Amino acid sequence: MSHEVLMQLYIFVLAGFVGFQVISRVPALLHTPLMSATNAISGISLVGSLVAAGADYGPVSTALGVVAVTAATINVVGGFLITDRMLRMFKLDRKDRP
Amino acid sequence: MNLGVELAYLLASVLFILGLRGLSSAKTARRGMNLAALGMLLAVVGTLLNHQIITFTWILVGGVVGSVIGALMAIFMPMTAMPQRIALSHAFGALAATLVGVEKYYRLGAEVGSAKMVAVGFEVMFGSLTITGSLMAFAKLQELVRGAPITYKLQNQTNIALFAGTFLAFLYLIFDPSSARVFYAMIVSALAIGVLMVLPIGGADMPVVVSLLNSYAGLAASATGFALENNVLIIAGALDGASGFLLSVLMSRAMNRSFGNVIFGAFGGGAEAAIAGKDATGLTVRQITLEDAAVQLSYARSVVVVPGYGMAVAQAQHQVRELAEEIEKRGGNVTYAIHPVAGRMPGHMNVLLAEANVPYDHLLDMEEINPRFPETDVVLVIGANDVVNPAARNDKSSPIYGMPILDVDRAKSVIVFKRSMNPGFAGIENLLFYEPHTSMLFGDAKSSLTKLVTEMKNAA
Repeated sequence: MSHEVLMQLYIFVLAGFVGFQVISRVPALLHTPLMSATNAISGISLVGSLVAAGADYGPVSTALGVVAVTAATINVVGGFLITDRMLRMFKLDRKDRP
Repeated sequence: MNLGVELAYLLASVLFILGLRGLSSAKTARRGMNLAALGMLLAVVGTLLNHQIITFTWILVGGVVGSVIGALMAIFMPMTAMPQRIALSHAFGALAATLVGVEKYYRLGAEVGSAKMVAVGFEVMFGSLTITGSLMAFAKLQELVRGAPITYKLQNQTNIALFAGTFLAFLYLIFDPSSARVFYAMIVSALAIGVLMVLPIGGADMPVVVSLLNSYAGLAASATGFALENNVLIIAGALDGASGFLLSVLMSRAMNRSFGNVIFGAFGGGAEAAIAGKDATGLTVRQITLEDAAVQLSYARSVVVVPGYGMAVAQAQHQVRELAEEIEKRGGNVTYAIHPVAGRMPGHMNVLLAEANVPYDHLLDMEEINPRFPETDVVLVIGANDVVNPAARNDKSSPIYGMPILDVDRAKSVIVFKRSMNPGFAGIENLLFYEPHTSMLFGDAKSSLTKLVTEMKNAA
């Protein structure tokens, strides 16, 4: 195993741990917004798709890349917008309750 | 890769983590999500500055089309369709990751090399099965396909054979990355696994499956990061993977079942298991009229609403809130008891009630509300069944024995809104309905609630 792959594994494992710690603090109340938020974030595949679509590797690569860019953008744009739409609905009671 | 781009990626990763941290409370959640969106913008701009990219035309086309579709879906999709939307977006995410992997293999072929083949293989394998699995889940949630488990002979064996075949193809490719046929055959069989995996899973188990697919979509993105040597992809994918995994663990625990049981549970068992448990022969239920229910609620000091999937189906959340307002006008206190697996995805009930303007501080978790039931005057069970079944606590022969439930049977009185006496999804008899302090209000939840609100207004 090369040194680089090992470094990538380090990053993967540590990011997974951080994710686990951070996400275990999310209350059940927000589990649906959490799902749509992580969905939007995993639209980061967009970064890979952009290179495939724009690097002029040939028509097939470009076509695959464009479809990938479209799918990933749907997730990024749609995911962040709908998460915000959901979170806007979560309001506290205005009157003071005992 | 140049330093500027790398720094943009690093900053994006930090912003993603801070964004998710914001979700630890409803107050900080929106700010957190804005940070995460900023992170995404940075990562995209950083990538576009990458010198590998020479033509922007097609990127622009994909970006515009994707943005329009994404925005339209986000703006016009009703909240009741949220489980389907989440399932669909797992499919889109996985599609992007898979296509990036396919493109890399198509372009490089054998030059991918054994080491990178491991990453590309994982990427397209997880990606493909997530695409079809999510589309199946979408079809089930949208009711394009029957929601009940679909089973057939030798299902287990077929799936295991397919799993083994796919994995062997993957191993073969690591040793001989030049075989394009094996590569595409692996994709086809992974696509088939996705379909077959979700086919036997019933509606009530959807929260686990949707979470699991969330995790797979993340892992596919992470594998893309390994294949492209891109750290921000590895990190974002790992965050998504961890989140989906944690949610599926929480959901399984809330059903007192293991992963394996959820995924393979429909095989063999199913029908026989449903008959187990105490039956209700010789017991009778007590019906309540709308007038009596209205009177009872008018005098109640504390009322707890227990919503379930039935409330979502009847789209009765707005009527529930109206009824709560009537009760509050008369000095009663209304809270909502949310079971972790109520509905079809994690947090489903919270979103629906928030949409109906129920303040979120009235929505209580199972642990919070359970000790309060003995002091509760009236519990309204609206379209929930298994999550309030006392058999989970006291009947060892019941298939749901051991599942954590809402202890509504300990309240002073219970009113159950139900279409008919048909047992719920799991087909398990619920003795709560026969308790002397339980009364039944039969009919469609939405129209019952509407009538109840009118009745209370008239009585005032």
